[in-house]
Amino acid sequence: MKDSYVTPDGRTIGGVLMDMRGITLRFGGVEAIKDISFDIREGEIRAIIGPNGAGKSSMLNVISGFYHPQEGEVWFRGAKRPTMRPYDVARQGIARTFQNIALFEGMSVLDNVMCGRLTHMKTGIFSQALWHGAAQREEVENREAVERIIDFLEIQAIRKTPVGRLPYGLKKRVELARALAAEPKLLLLDEPMAGMNVEEKEDMSRFILDVNDEFGTTIALIEHDMGVVMDLSDRVVVMDYGRKIGDGTPDEVRGNQEVIDAYLGVAHD
Amino acid sequence: MFYREAGDFKTSYEADSQTFPIKFDRYRFWAVLAVAYLVIPFIINDYWANAILVPFLIYTIAAIGLNILTGYCGQVSLGTGGFMAVGAYAMYKLMTAFPDVSVVIHVFLAGGITAVVGAAFGLPSLRIKGFYLAVATLAAQFFLVWLFNKVEWFYNYSASGQINAPERFVGGIAVTGPNTDAWAKYMICLVFVTVCAIVARNLTRGTVGRKWMAIRDMDIAAEIIGVNPLQAKLSAFAVSSFFIGISGALFFSVYLGAVEVGEAFGIQKSFLVLFMVIIGGLGSIFGSFAGAGFLVLLPVALKVIGVDLLGWPTDIVAHLQLVIIGALIMFFLIKEPHGLAQFWRIAKEKLRLWPFPY
Repeated sequence: MKDSYVTPDGRTIGGVLMDMRGITLRFGGVEAIKDISFDIREGEIRAIIGPNGAGKSSMLNVISGFYHPQEGEVWFRGAKRPTMRPYDVARQGIARTFQNIALFEGMSVLDNVMCGRLTHMKTGIFSQALWHGAAQREEVENREAVERIIDFLEIQAIRKTPVGRLPYGLKKRVELARALAAEPKLLLLDEPMAGMNVEEKEDMSRFILDVNDEFGTTIALIEHDMGVVMDLSDRVVVMDYGRKIGDGTPDEVRGNQEVIDAYLGVAHD
Repeated sequence: MFYREAGDFKTSYEADSQTFPIKFDRYRFWAVLAVAYLVIPFIINDYWANAILVPFLIYTIAAIGLNILTGYCGQVSLGTGGFMAVGAYAMYKLMTAFPDVSVVIHVFLAGGITAVVGAAFGLPSLRIKGFYLAVATLAAQFFLVWLFNKVEWFYNYSASGQINAPERFVGGIAVTGPNTDAWAKYMICLVFVTVCAIVARNLTRGTVGRKWMAIRDMDIAAEIIGVNPLQAKLSAFAVSSFFIGISGALFFSVYLGAVEVGEAFGIQKSFLVLFMVIIGGLGSIFGSFAGAGFLVLLPVALKVIGVDLLGWPTDIVAHLQLVIIGALIMFFLIKEPHGLAQFWRIAKEKLRLWPFPY
């Protein structure tokens, strides 16, 4: 495959950003992921699809450092990644959202999004205790960055609202804002459209495309809405029972017999 | 009336993140501070200082400390009494070992020593949560009290097993020892409360506070955005213990003057401070003031009303106090876990719209 290419809609896809090589993940006797390899290229939108229980979320958890695979290697930005805790993964520039929203319910929207900047904030506890000089400067700089994200996702009006009071669709958007605030190299979205109505899905799709377009963020997403997946993504990985059964452009995947069997079922004779 | 945020526009992010964003609040805060510093010291007498104001100020520091740990970082602790004892005994050892050094420095050092001890006892929090952590800190409470009883070095081998605060001066005015004036006791506590409250507020509105609250609200999500749980929890334990140590040092040296560890810093003290935090409001600096004020005033108010006005027997009033506190704890836990501070917040929200709610 070429090192970089230009998509039909004019975006440049770069070299390999993340490379999963022969990942196997077991929970006791259960093999959640069986020897899966795939790569994510810089600037692309990569979808992971598959029926329930296929191991998609486990895969995302491997990438973000919650699970450590028994076999296989994770390569990120051209280097093999050692076994890492999630907070170290975050510092490498990988941010994510969760399938069932994981926001900090007791804090305001602004504080939640500011939390996304934690990896950019360096001042020590003593400087902060005085709230002068470096600590305050840093707070203001990061606040500016956060306000840009808040503008971008159109959540200015709810800035000071406690997250617990927001409706579901907005919570999803705030979670995206928190992940974006980290200015990640790679953004993982676990079912960003789950439980949304058509209008909210359209909004979210637009945001995902805009993020990819404006910030050049690489995105890997899990989604069940096939229409959305086929429209948004550049390449798709299909999983079933922990195995990879398809990998390619949406059109290639759509025509793959194994994929059709996994989704529609096959006759047993 | 004057309680409006309309027209009070912020033009910088500094102004937007200040402690009292509403102008009226700011004026009231300065007014309270002015009364506390410029009026009360001149009219205070022994009764007011010893029965109400000094314990209120000292418990406020302890409540701020516990609130950082429990209210902001979500780690339940029943070791407050033990950590206060560490502050008190550190203070005693420092006062007797370095008599020429100012007690103000001793108080901060005592806080620092308690911070180290607190962080060490915070280590189990990395593995256990909630109820089980509470039991682990309970072990700290009993261990520390036992330690200060058992090892004679801590009380300089005195025959009574008590520690007594020697007389010390700040700027020529006695602040510890039997000859201390009421206003001097009050002022030194007030200065420490002011400093502690400002520091606590600064920490909780910035990055450190966000890390603590992230751990409290959802530790998995906190890890994914780059919070190291070890660092966050231990820093919460350390900062919390720092404040609790300061309060213990003041409680011993300024307020009581002589201390027997099991009596002054027993498990009841841990519960008392925890109740202050619950009633005052978890996760609020103002709540620490409200809770401490409430629980210090309640027994005094009950005594004045019950014994002096209604002529009830003293023991009945004392029992009644336990019943009332118990009932209040249940009420707050069920109805309003954010305590008095939340009532205050709701009142303010209503006031902002008053008298035209729509």
